[in-house]
Amino acid sequence: MEPLIEIREGTIDEHAVRTHVASEDAGAIVVFTGTTRAAAGGRTVRYLEYEAYRPMAEKKMAELSGMASRKWPLTGVAIVHRTGRVGAGETSVVIAVSAAHRPEAFEACRFLIDGLKSEVPIWKKEVYGDGHAWAGGDAVSGPGEASP
Amino acid sequence: MNSVRIRVFGVIREIVGSNEVEMNISGPVPARDLLDLLAKKHPRILEWQPYLRVAVNHEYLPGGATVSPGDEVALIPPVSGG
Repeated sequence: MEPLIEIREGTIDEHAVRTHVASEDAGAIVVFTGTTRAAAGGRTVRYLEYEAYRPMAEKKMAELSGMASRKWPLTGVAIVHRTGRVGAGETSVVIAVSAAHRPEAFEACRFLIDGLKSEVPIWKKEVYGDGHAWAGGDAVSGPGEASP
Repeated sequence: MNSVRIRVFGVIREIVGSNEVEMNISGPVPARDLLDLLAKKHPRILEWQPYLRVAVNHEYLPGGATVSPGDEVALIPPVSGG
């Protein structure tokens, strides 16, 4: 099945993402939903603003999907990420993976979200009542930010 | 074509004050040189320089690679999707 790779403004239909990977050959579907936290570094976040380098982000997401499909016997992959303003507690990304058995579905889903967070050019700006900051990502921090 | 488009994102876009910059180059140049030129105009880029990745035509460049006229270059600050 063709993977679903999408970057979109506006809310994500989580059920549609899950449905995309459903298959009679699948014995397991794992869905990861990333949601936004209301607190960051002790500050209250009013909302988040996501920005993507869309053509490269979609290319990298498709590459990750291809790598996962070569590594594990999957029956479906879907990766959908939001851009624009996302309120605290809302869904920013949904990844669904189906496979004949659950171990590969769990492992592939974990691989995809980890790969997305380190390789896909998408950025998150945290907007507070009195300013904003760009999140530094998981693997590296920017200047003036503590290393994780 | 004797120029490259440099697309900038996130914190770098805010420092530069626009989504992209065009630079004239006459032939292949090390990506590092383009970054140095841009940082001369916008010194705040320097503090981010160690954390920036360079992408050319939608692919991350290995360190020391060169950029040619007509390429689409992007400066990628630490990504934070998810």
